[in-house]
Amino acid sequence: MSSRTAADTRLLVEKSLRRRAWAERRFRAYGLGAVLLGVVFVFFLFASIISKGYTAFLQARVTLDIFYDPAAIDPEGTRQAETLAMANYSALVRAALREKFPEIEGNARRRALYALVSSSAAFELQHRVQADPSLLGQRQRLSFLAAANVDQLLKGKIDRRLPEANRVLTDQQIACADKLVNDGQLKLRFNSAFFTGGDSREPEQAGVWGAVVGSMYTLAVTLLLSFPIGVAAAIYLEEFAPRNRWTDLIEVNINNLAAVPSIVFGLLGLAMFLNFFGMPRSAPLVGGFVLTLLTLPTIIIASRAALKAVPPSIREAAFGMGASRLQMVGHHVLPLAMPGILTGTIIGMARALGETAPLLMIGMVAFIVNVPRSLADPATVLPVQIYLWADSSERAFLERTSAAIIVLLAFLIVMNAAAVILRNRFERRW
Amino acid sequence: MSAESTAIPVPVLPVSAACKTVGSVAVADPLISARDVNVYYGEKRAIMDVNIDIARNQVLAMIGPSGCGKSTFLRCLNRMNDTIEGARVTGLISMEGSDIYDKRKDVVQLRARIGMVFQKPNPFPKTIYENVAYGPRIHGLAADRVELDEIVTTSLRRAGLWDEVKDRLNNPGTGLSGGQQQRLCIARTIAVNPEVILMDEPCSALDPIATARIEDLIDELRASYAIVIVTHSMQQAARVSQRTAYFHLGDLIEVGETDRIFTNPRHKLTEDYITGRFG
Repeated sequence: MSSRTAADTRLLVEKSLRRRAWAERRFRAYGLGAVLLGVVFVFFLFASIISKGYTAFLQARVTLDIFYDPAAIDPEGTRQAETLAMANYSALVRAALREKFPEIEGNARRRALYALVSSSAAFELQHRVQADPSLLGQRQRLSFLAAANVDQLLKGKIDRRLPEANRVLTDQQIACADKLVNDGQLKLRFNSAFFTGGDSREPEQAGVWGAVVGSMYTLAVTLLLSFPIGVAAAIYLEEFAPRNRWTDLIEVNINNLAAVPSIVFGLLGLAMFLNFFGMPRSAPLVGGFVLTLLTLPTIIIASRAALKAVPPSIREAAFGMGASRLQMVGHHVLPLAMPGILTGTIIGMARALGETAPLLMIGMVAFIVNVPRSLADPATVLPVQIYLWADSSERAFLERTSAAIIVLLAFLIVMNAAAVILRNRFERRW
Repeated sequence: MSAESTAIPVPVLPVSAACKTVGSVAVADPLISARDVNVYYGEKRAIMDVNIDIARNQVLAMIGPSGCGKSTFLRCLNRMNDTIEGARVTGLISMEGSDIYDKRKDVVQLRARIGMVFQKPNPFPKTIYENVAYGPRIHGLAADRVELDEIVTTSLRRAGLWDEVKDRLNNPGTGLSGGQQQRLCIARTIAVNPEVILMDEPCSALDPIATARIEDLIDELRASYAIVIVTHSMQQAARVSQRTAYFHLGDLIEVGETDRIFTNPRHKLTEDYITGRFG
């Protein structure tokens, strides 16, 4: 070594320099390639979901002149609540359709005509009359949901060139729909019902709000339980517990639990919360409990890492001042670890939001029409709703599946944004 | 506490005959007496049978090569070794006649009486005001905001930091320079009005000018507190201390008046260290 001259050394360094620079360039290229690949996939994901789903935010509506015919609803003129509730309101819709298309005759052809309007029209009329019986005998121009197939036709998702037998709509139905469009009585409008309604067997009536509320309740329970329990457990294990065989065992177990497939937690929840404690099936409360079990290991591990990252000099300073252990943690270590703990919590909650399997086990997969009003009401959550819709055969559920995914992603983004804002606020204080 | 109020001198604890330390281990009316103190880290014995008294209103410097146990001994005095997993202390350390390792005594009380300044300045990541107010607050020393303000002001003045920070008490303490941060830590320590201040190489992370300021400050604080300082710098020990203790591989080799230790060391190891043969 010592025999090498300075010039030799310089030459060797120069040679290795080229190799090192090349290795660095190569590594950068790999990194950039990986990032680009990721961006391309994300772009395709969003493009595909949005292009399939955006049409669900519009909905075809039919405008009809309804005559509240007293002879059809309340022939005896008693105006009793029972009579009004039992009346045949779809007759009013049918009458309006017959009035619009007097040329269509014959039972089969008329039934095809009636199929253009959603069955929800009758319920809407019923609500109106029950709210205001004085409507009887009057005429009103009202807009109703069109049937899902008409909706699909307007969105160009039904091929008119196909032979009639292979189409869900007959030539006659298409002709009627075209006439309504020409007369300005059939239009695509903003689909507010999608954001305010619960699930339905009829695609045109199915909304995502029930699942959104179910997800909110479930996640609220999860957050309220898993955050305090997880942080407290992490603090105890990191700052108070002695290091011995038992704490090692607990640590190994927590790390293993984080990797347990989520359906196992669902089975545990089924056995424990439903069968043993007898809690209600399909309830967001139980869903929250199960997701808490699932989220706890993530939060504990992230919180312990955040606590460990607080410099020991801060602990020494607090102890040196005569702070008790709890004061040391509460006044100094925990505030410094909070950003890291919140990051772990966001990851855990995001995972909980997207979780389907364990919720299937406790019955949150049921078909539930009503928007849940409490933690014990039957409910479903967004990912389960997506699963249910994706499983439906009607074509109109396809766009609703994608739309529900958009809502789920928006939910996720709002949740993460809130957490990031919270975290930044904590960081700024220190 | 009663010993303090009655002003009866605390009796000097006898030193066992086995003690091999050269020089005057005991002092009259000691504030803290350590007898046959051993510290074990697991199986390893870090310091061995240390006997020494700490006098009031005096600076005791502890010197010695790296790993000699001087910091370990310092941390015995306010039981900071309690926080280290596997550390065990044997022997007796008494403060004004009562055992500080007594199981019935709360360590919080002890640490309020014995403050500590660390090697690396470690202000809390809070405002300057909050740093100084923290101790009085957790110990409930101030009845109201006015009193707390006064404690903070006085402590910062005594630490010689007031003029530099009086206009920015609400700025973060971590934004100060290294020397200022260390003086902030001293202010934080004296805000709880302790009897002893332990300093673990307080100047090793500071430049010479900041070091000089801290040394001046130590000299002023001696009027009110007993100070024990661990230092790597023999010049610093000579400048600030009245008594010096020399540690070597866990043994307390020699204790004596600082002037005497530096001019006329009696033990061979002390002499070798002071004359720079190792260190």
